Amino acid sequence: MSIIEAKQLTKIFGSEPKKALSLLQQGWTKDKILAETKMTVGVNQASFTIEEGQIFVIMGLSGSGKSTLVRLLNRLIEPSSGQLLFKGQDIMNMSVEQLRQFRRKNVGMVFQKFALFPHRTVLRNVEYGLEVQGMEKSKRKEMAMQALELVGLKGWENSLPDQLSGGMQQRVGLARGLANNPDVLLMDEAFSALDPLIRKDMQDELLELQSKMKKTIVFITHDLDEALRIGDQIALMKDGSIVQIGTPEEILMQPANKYVERFVEDVDLSKVLTAAHVMEKAETITIDKGPRVALQFMRERGVSSLYVVDKSMQLLGLVSAEDASNAIKEGQKLEELIQQDVPEIAPDTVLNELFELMGNSRLPVAVVDSNRRLKGVVIKGAVLAALAGNSLADGGGNHESS
Amino acid sequence: MNLPKIPLGSWIEALEKWLDQNFEPLFDFITLIIRGIVDGLETVLRYPPSLIIIIVFTALAWLIGRWGLAAFTAIGLLLIENLGYWDQTMQTLALVLTAAIISILIGVPLGILCARSNRMQRIITPLLDFMQTMPAFVYLLPSITFFSLGVVPGVISSIIFAIPPTIRLTNLGIRQVPAELVEAADAFGSTPSQKLFKLQLPIAMPTIMAGINQTIMLSLSMVVIASMVGAQGVGATVYRAVTQVKTGIGFEAGIAIVILAIILDRFTQRAMRNGKAAEGR
Repeated sequence: MSIIEAKQLTKIFGSEPKKALSLLQQGWTKDKILAETKMTVGVNQASFTIEEGQIFVIMGLSGSGKSTLVRLLNRLIEPSSGQLLFKGQDIMNMSVEQLRQFRRKNVGMVFQKFALFPHRTVLRNVEYGLEVQGMEKSKRKEMAMQALELVGLKGWENSLPDQLSGGMQQRVGLARGLANNPDVLLMDEAFSALDPLIRKDMQDELLELQSKMKKTIVFITHDLDEALRIGDQIALMKDGSIVQIGTPEEILMQPANKYVERFVEDVDLSKVLTAAHVMEKAETITIDKGPRVALQFMRERGVSSLYVVDKSMQLLGLVSAEDASNAIKEGQKLEELIQQDVPEIAPDTVLNELFELMGNSRLPVAVVDSNRRLKGVVIKGAVLAALAGNSLADGGGNHESS
Repeated sequence: MNLPKIPLGSWIEALEKWLDQNFEPLFDFITLIIRGIVDGLETVLRYPPSLIIIIVFTALAWLIGRWGLAAFTAIGLLLIENLGYWDQTMQTLALVLTAAIISILIGVPLGILCARSNRMQRIITPLLDFMQTMPAFVYLLPSITFFSLGVVPGVISSIIFAIPPTIRLTNLGIRQVPAELVEAADAFGSTPSQKLFKLQLPIAMPTIMAGINQTIMLSLSMVVIASMVGAQGVGATVYRAVTQVKTGIGFEAGIAIVILAIILDRFTQRAMRNGKAAEGR
């Protein structure tokens, strides 16, 4: 179910937004509008749908309008035009009081520079959102303590923010955003100010929290690796417009235009692509066939070995052409020939983790799901082709058929 | 240049007369209030034996400061008592505290208004410049017209001269609260007054206290001038010493003012620091 829906959402900074809007609709670019009217197009007709429980990443370079866009969602910045729905309710028509309630109950926010209140203890920072709702003291303390425990900061509740490290401060920020149990959590470059190692920890922790909480998270970042790592959907922005929306794979493998293509060209594909992307159809034979049939199959298909499976496609092993022809001479059955030490991996293994396995094995690597059903096979050539960025054009298109 | 002189002076006098005639009840009301506060404070400070007041002040100094401040307070006040300026000094203290209290009561809200509205700031700032640079003697004259002689015009002139730092620094302190903190408060659905009392005022407090400290110091610097319109106190002693060329008395009374100034300054600065440390607990 979609929780946030934006249609043609636009923000103009300047004296006459209406004029700039009509120019935009006539197809003027952001630069031309700035040059002619001195008005800045912050967000240009952005349309997207965020599904409940999803991590929706808005990604772009600085000045691309991503921080403005996220602030339109809770109207910290007033949209100039367009439509914005939260569970079907029109956010843009909310009165001041309705908006206040919406911010108190439905959206939490985490900020790039933490924005912790320096005069309040960690606990009182986390309590803030509950306190302004007028919640009773003992109740809000209890909820704030739960949030602190969730982010691993139990025991620090009486410290002041500046006594904590950057990573810990942002945990406080995260706890503050989560304390009132909002439907949507907005995270504006929440990890960008942290050291790379701490940032990675925080990403892992967010993913872990997310697997428990199933919140809807709108995550802003300028870091493509971060976007690919945590995003279920990624919206790529440039000059205030959304250039492409898609899953990390779609953004990488089917860039919508030259800009996205250039953006993703430096990505370390081996950390993003999984076995499922590069695997090819496995040549199989069921266990009840004989070695003669196996040899015939191999000849027809031009391969030197076959995967042996049972009727439900569960992988049993591998049979080679050499073994099969020996078996014909000696009258053995197929099940006596099976080599069982076939390397196996799960479909979501990233290529990076595959290299060592492939280097040590002269056999192709079988891809099996959690029920050990054979899904495909990864051969070296396909991996290299994928890393060169052209995998899906040829062999690897069948991974979705499973 | 053969243009006729603009009769600015007579306009101002006409305005003064008009105000005096039409707003007399208002001025009488203000007089009543200020005299009430000054008299109340004076009674509290002068009625008990001086030794008790000295003990109370020393105890306060020890509470908010350390031994150093307590020792200075005790010795300083005993010296004033010994020199024979106790009553005048307490009269002066009552005047200064009255001016400071009224300045804070008016100045902090005005500063908050300025911080919230750029238009308000644009209106108030030149007024404050005017109040601070116009020689204090000049607004003594209309003060006498409206409030007659005595302590009230003295308090009024002290307020006019001393209130700007409180307004300016309250405004500055609130405007200096980082924008991202204000944004965070907004993002969690704070009302404007929740934002003010839970975020802006606590964070601006050290700056506001610096303004209040300046206001107290400036109103103390007005006591000699205030004595020229009839305010009693140690300022009047200085003024008399000057007119009668009595160097000794002048210095003795001057030292009493200095001691009072140092005590007031350290008290407010200490309170400022303690307040900062106590926040958030």
